[in-house]
Amino acid sequence: MSDKKEGGNRLDAYWKANLQLIWILLAIWFAVAYVPPLFVNQLNTIVIAGFPLGYYMGSQGSLVVFVILIFYYAWRMNKMDQEYGLRDKDK
Amino acid sequence: MFQNMTLSKAYGLFTIGFLIFSFVLLLLEVTIGLSTAIIGWAFLILTMGLYAVIGIMSRTKVLDEYYVAGRRVPAFFNGMATGADWMSAASFLSMAGSVWLLGYDALAYIMGWTGGYVLLALLFAPYLRKFGQYTIPDFVGARFGGNRARGVAAVCAVIVSFTYVTAQVVGVGLIMSRFMGVPYELGVVIGLSGVLLCSFLGGMKAVTWTQVAQYVILIVAYIVPVTFLSLKLTGFPIPELAYGQALQEITRLEKEQKIAKGYIDPYNEPLTNASAVAAVTQINNQFGAGWPVPTPKSVPPAPITPGVGGWQGTPWDMMALTFVLMIGTAGLPHILIRFYTVPSIRESRVSVGYALFFIFLLYFTAPAYAAFSRWEILQNVVGLKIGTVDDGGKTWTTVLAKDGKPLPWVLNFSKTGLLTITDGNKDGILQFSEIGINADLIVMSTPEIAGLPYTIAALVAAGGLAAALSTADGLLVVIASAVAHDFYFRILNPKASAQTRMNLGKAMVVVAAAAAALAAMPRLALIVQMVSWAFSLAAASFFPIVLLGIFWKRANGTGAIAGMIGGMAVTIFYMVNNYLDPNFNILGISHLSSGLFGAATNFALTIVVSLVTAPPPKEIQDFVDNVRHPRDEDVVESKPAAAPAE
Repeated sequence: MSDKKEGGNRLDAYWKANLQLIWILLAIWFAVAYVPPLFVNQLNTIVIAGFPLGYYMGSQGSLVVFVILIFYYAWRMNKMDQEYGLRDKDK
Repeated sequence: MFQNMTLSKAYGLFTIGFLIFSFVLLLLEVTIGLSTAIIGWAFLILTMGLYAVIGIMSRTKVLDEYYVAGRRVPAFFNGMATGADWMSAASFLSMAGSVWLLGYDALAYIMGWTGGYVLLALLFAPYLRKFGQYTIPDFVGARFGGNRARGVAAVCAVIVSFTYVTAQVVGVGLIMSRFMGVPYELGVVIGLSGVLLCSFLGGMKAVTWTQVAQYVILIVAYIVPVTFLSLKLTGFPIPELAYGQALQEITRLEKEQKIAKGYIDPYNEPLTNASAVAAVTQINNQFGAGWPVPTPKSVPPAPITPGVGGWQGTPWDMMALTFVLMIGTAGLPHILIRFYTVPSIRESRVSVGYALFFIFLLYFTAPAYAAFSRWEILQNVVGLKIGTVDDGGKTWTTVLAKDGKPLPWVLNFSKTGLLTITDGNKDGILQFSEIGINADLIVMSTPEIAGLPYTIAALVAAGGLAAALSTADGLLVVIASAVAHDFYFRILNPKASAQTRMNLGKAMVVVAAAAAALAAMPRLALIVQMVSWAFSLAAASFFPIVLLGIFWKRANGTGAIAGMIGGMAVTIFYMVNNYLDPNFNILGISHLSSGLFGAATNFALTIVVSLVTAPPPKEIQDFVDNVRHPRDEDVVESKPAAAPAE
């Protein structure tokens, strides 16, 4: 853990970085879940492989994004724990 | 105890074994004509026997194992267990049916019940794992300083979980009566004994390992029939990719048959109180309650479509429902406690990912299931002749196949009361609007409607049973721990021995199961309605205060109690009023989404009341700092969480 970040406010910086990441991911979450329903008729005029796009975003499109968001957050945070010298061995 | 490799091997072998078992039954049915009763019982005995074996193997006398599976469940398997815990009779049986029935609007369930996991992953799971106690009221009690907040939270947990478990029991009875030919009441008892064998002896530990097996069964049971259907209708065996064609065919057939309400078109569901009218009438008939039956109303007033062309409302109701289902999901105690069972914070983060992935496999498939089923019915069932058939001294209206014989499934499902055929325009030909089908029936009946072998239908029944039982298991643990741990041990008798607490926990599992069975016996429509309300209640009680508890140090106990009570009150007020009279609404939002207003009230009250009262003491602010990050290597931390040791 040689690249551990220094400074007295290390934990504050960790929390700030975490919050920033959460905001970004929540913005994406909101965009895929709540924007398409507003424009569903317009989106439905675009049809790909039989799927009207507005319908598709509700039935499958947004779900794929949700799964990716969670795995990305887990990967990024688990890496960040190491960068900030945090571990969790306590049971 | 359990090694990762042996675990993977054991469950891998189990999956292969289950597939072979199903395949052999299928072969026997097709070749030597094995009877449907034998096939049904073979599935039932195999699956229930398996749950019992796992339950007995995982019996325990250690509290840590009884409540949180010893915190040794690897992320991957916790993900599977969470999947089974989460996917109930509603996900398995009703969800695709709702999409079938309502079209686009029902996608609120698909998005809502998956998007909630993003909130869980980002906002709750790692922090609850760091806190690491037994129950959600534990967290509320520790964070909001005391037994009052804990008590309110425990009451909310019991209300939410009990309504939910009762609905699972109804689902179990329904499946058993349809597929095993046993009376509904006996079906409930057989199903519940399966639940008890598992959760009574082994608590969370047994529940976890049974849920992993139940996940395998339910996902196989869901994907196999729709794959056959896709193959039959499109010649392509990946339904999730192929149902675009089904959507096109549905649109074409709707135009051809002049069906006004389009499957793809959004927001064409009016607000009605039809379900309230039905529920009150049923209660009056069964108990002679004499409650005033509300006048049937619809907003906008029916008929909403004078001609073909359709009516379109606003997106607000669907968006509100999606949002409430999301925050309700993230606030459900039986899901939240699953993240106490993993060994570390790292694993808790990854585990939410696996959980959603395993849930996603089913939810990603559900719209395909719905679309293929609707296509099949529009294409091959609508347009057939209507006839009658005598059975059990009654004459039933049924549908005749092309050869003039009555279709066997129509009678079978008519007898459950979930399917009615009426020749509305008396032309002797079946129109789409003349099929009165309950959403719960779509998944169960589609294999038979499409003429697939009975083994597939029995497999679906086994899957539905796995879904209902696994969820019931998880809920019983929550109810038992709320009473034995939160009320008895934390509030009434903090000196109770581990042995006493364990015995009380086990007793509570039995009491809760028996109470749920009693509540399920009259088969009230109101019970099923209550599940969809459970999300609103969870959204209005837990979500706001757990969120503020972690992300806002200034939130205090007085604020949280005011928030929970106020949130619940507003939710129930809006729910009851809109349920009885749809003219009572804001932006056309239905009672199903009433948690939106409750959650907003909870947030506002918690914030305002916290600000006008004293900030929480230093220990609690330190406690919040503590849950926000994994252990710091440079600092020797005092033991986290202000809870006394065992």
